[in-house]
Amino acid sequence: MSLAERLADVSGPYFGEFGGRFVPEALIAALDELETEYAKAAGDPAFGDELARLHREYTGRPSPLTEVPRFAAHATGDGAPGSVRVLLKREDLNHTGSHKINNVLGQALLVKRMGKRRVIAETGAGQHGVATATAAALMDLECVIYMGEEDTRRQALNVARMRLLGAEVVPVTAGTRTLKDAINEALRDWVTNVEHTHYVLGTVTGPHPFPEMVRQFHRIIGEEARGQLLERTGRLPDAVAACVGGGSNALGIFNAFLDDEGVALHGFEAGGEGIESGRHAARFSGGSPGVLHGARSYLLQDDDGQTRPSHSVSAGLDYPSVGPAHSWLHDLGRAEYEPVTDDEAMDAFRLLCHTEGIIPAIESAHALAGALRLGRRAAAEGRTGPDGTPYTILVNLSGRGDKDVATAARWFGLLDEGVASEELEKMEGRG
Amino acid sequence: MVSTSPATGTGTTAGPGGAPRAGELIARLRDEENRPALVGYLPVGFPDVERSIEALLTLTDNGVDVIELGIPYSDPVMDGLVIQEAAQAALDGGVRVTHVFEAMRRIREHAPHVAVLPMTYWNPVLRYGVEEFARDLVAAGGSGLITPDLIPDEAGAWIAASDELGLDRVFLVAPSSTPERLALTARASRGFVYATSLMGVTGVRASVGERAEQLVADTRAAGAEHVCVGIGVSTGAQSAEVGRWADGVIVGSALVRTLLGDAPWDARLSDLAELTRDLASGVRSARAAHGAH
Repeated sequence: MSLAERLADVSGPYFGEFGGRFVPEALIAALDELETEYAKAAGDPAFGDELARLHREYTGRPSPLTEVPRFAAHATGDGAPGSVRVLLKREDLNHTGSHKINNVLGQALLVKRMGKRRVIAETGAGQHGVATATAAALMDLECVIYMGEEDTRRQALNVARMRLLGAEVVPVTAGTRTLKDAINEALRDWVTNVEHTHYVLGTVTGPHPFPEMVRQFHRIIGEEARGQLLERTGRLPDAVAACVGGGSNALGIFNAFLDDEGVALHGFEAGGEGIESGRHAARFSGGSPGVLHGARSYLLQDDDGQTRPSHSVSAGLDYPSVGPAHSWLHDLGRAEYEPVTDDEAMDAFRLLCHTEGIIPAIESAHALAGALRLGRRAAAEGRTGPDGTPYTILVNLSGRGDKDVATAARWFGLLDEGVASEELEKMEGRG
Repeated sequence: MVSTSPATGTGTTAGPGGAPRAGELIARLRDEENRPALVGYLPVGFPDVERSIEALLTLTDNGVDVIELGIPYSDPVMDGLVIQEAAQAALDGGVRVTHVFEAMRRIREHAPHVAVLPMTYWNPVLRYGVEEFARDLVAAGGSGLITPDLIPDEAGAWIAASDELGLDRVFLVAPSSTPERLALTARASRGFVYATSLMGVTGVRASVGERAEQLVADTRAAGAEHVCVGIGVSTGAQSAEVGRWADGVIVGSALVRTLLGDAPWDARLSDLAELTRDLASGVRSARAAHGAH
């Protein structure tokens, strides 16, 4: 990487010492084809125009920027009211309910250019699966979604949504029956059917060119937010907060600020039941560099290099590795990563519901909990923005919480006695 | 039965630690016996370490020339259901990476003529330390490694370590590999190149991919000295067919399958022995009526 290169434009296959292509040779030809086709598309104004049209007319971009003062009042600790501002980038308002659609539409257009007719994808919370099934319906592609059996239970409504959209949903019963095993199964399908199938990888992980390409499809989040924030507040934020599973929403919003030294970048991982419990998905606090699913990155692993199972109340963050660009930013010190526990995330989830009338995805609630922490820290240390202006935090609200109502109802005991257990079991597909 | 001693006196098949090297073993079988090698896969630790070693010795007693010794891994993306099931059971039973060295030593003591190459996904080696793993492999009598998710482009540390210690380095090629990649992989490999007979993961199939023969020819044309074929071979007839045009026939899932299930262990071992003999007679008859390739 040359010193003159902007961090925002660093390209694969390596981000520092992370990334690469640790996959079977059978996939290399398809990855090369994808890289070539993506490079051609990126230089083709017709591709950019078509994607921009879909963003505008189908997804509903630009997504709004919403200031949340009643929520922010809880981020000041004992500090003066108004000393912290929190603004949400509303990716939850996109069609299909999360940021995932940005990447999926881009890849689906590439699939058409490559002349393939079948797409496969993995999904954890179901957001990426729903987005992929949506794009497949829109563009007339055969679609198969792999989802860990455990996640099909946690997110039964999203399974139904995918089937409504015409996708086949395959519950994966191998291993831990969660996102990592869904990716294993998708990779096995891809190795077998690669000649007519494209794997719509849902985040900034996997073999090159996925980490770079998926970042490019999501960089619109940060670029829009940067412009909206400058217009609204007249300056850049003091901090940007995002949740980090694979890390696509975080990289999407971070990217526009990577080269702004004054903007602190904070990624929040799933702390699950706490780092000391061993039940978490905090790769930077509880992991070490290793290889999984095609890329070298931080990873939860044991002394033998076996992947350790992750845990989170949020299916979308329940993944033992992380995008290689985040590992690079972590080691560079350009972004900081901290765990947020299930309890903290659920408290922030409820706080946003009560104070602002917005039900966030539990994934995004980790970023909200992180924003509360950042605000309280700044207030405690007496830090403000330039010239005493309020400390300003931009949060990527990456998804909406409709899918999480059953989990929240169970967590907070929100249903009346008697109906509670039976209804919840129905909603969550248990029983 | 194969000869029970290494080609003493010539020194040509002795690699590091006295272990035979796969390439020279394959060349000797071709030149002296006019036949391809039989490569048999089993994972260490299934159903437990001790019985997996019994099963491995059953392979060497019944005509396997090269052992592909599986290191169970939590996320085996190149493996189908049969090997996944055995590997997961081994992990659940507490198998460790170091057990592979123990199994290797036992095979070396019992059958010094057989080349043993662990088949491993890359992260366990990375975690162990590439150089340290290579040294311990030599000490235990291993011949090299088969690496299904490591392409030469990413293998700098392993290429350096295996060069220094003279270890075999088996990379894979697939029907989707371009001529450029076949050449690159052939150049980077030592011992043999592993040609996957079809696009897919390991498993028992009714027929071996029809593109396999062409892939072997293309890989040889790209510079590979020896090309062995795996994925989907499960019977003596298939091993005879593949053995006509391949330097070695690799069998995995079909062998593992004999060890699954609830039958008494002795019965499973005898099924394994019977299948191994069938495969061994397949490779021995492959060229009988056809002459050398």
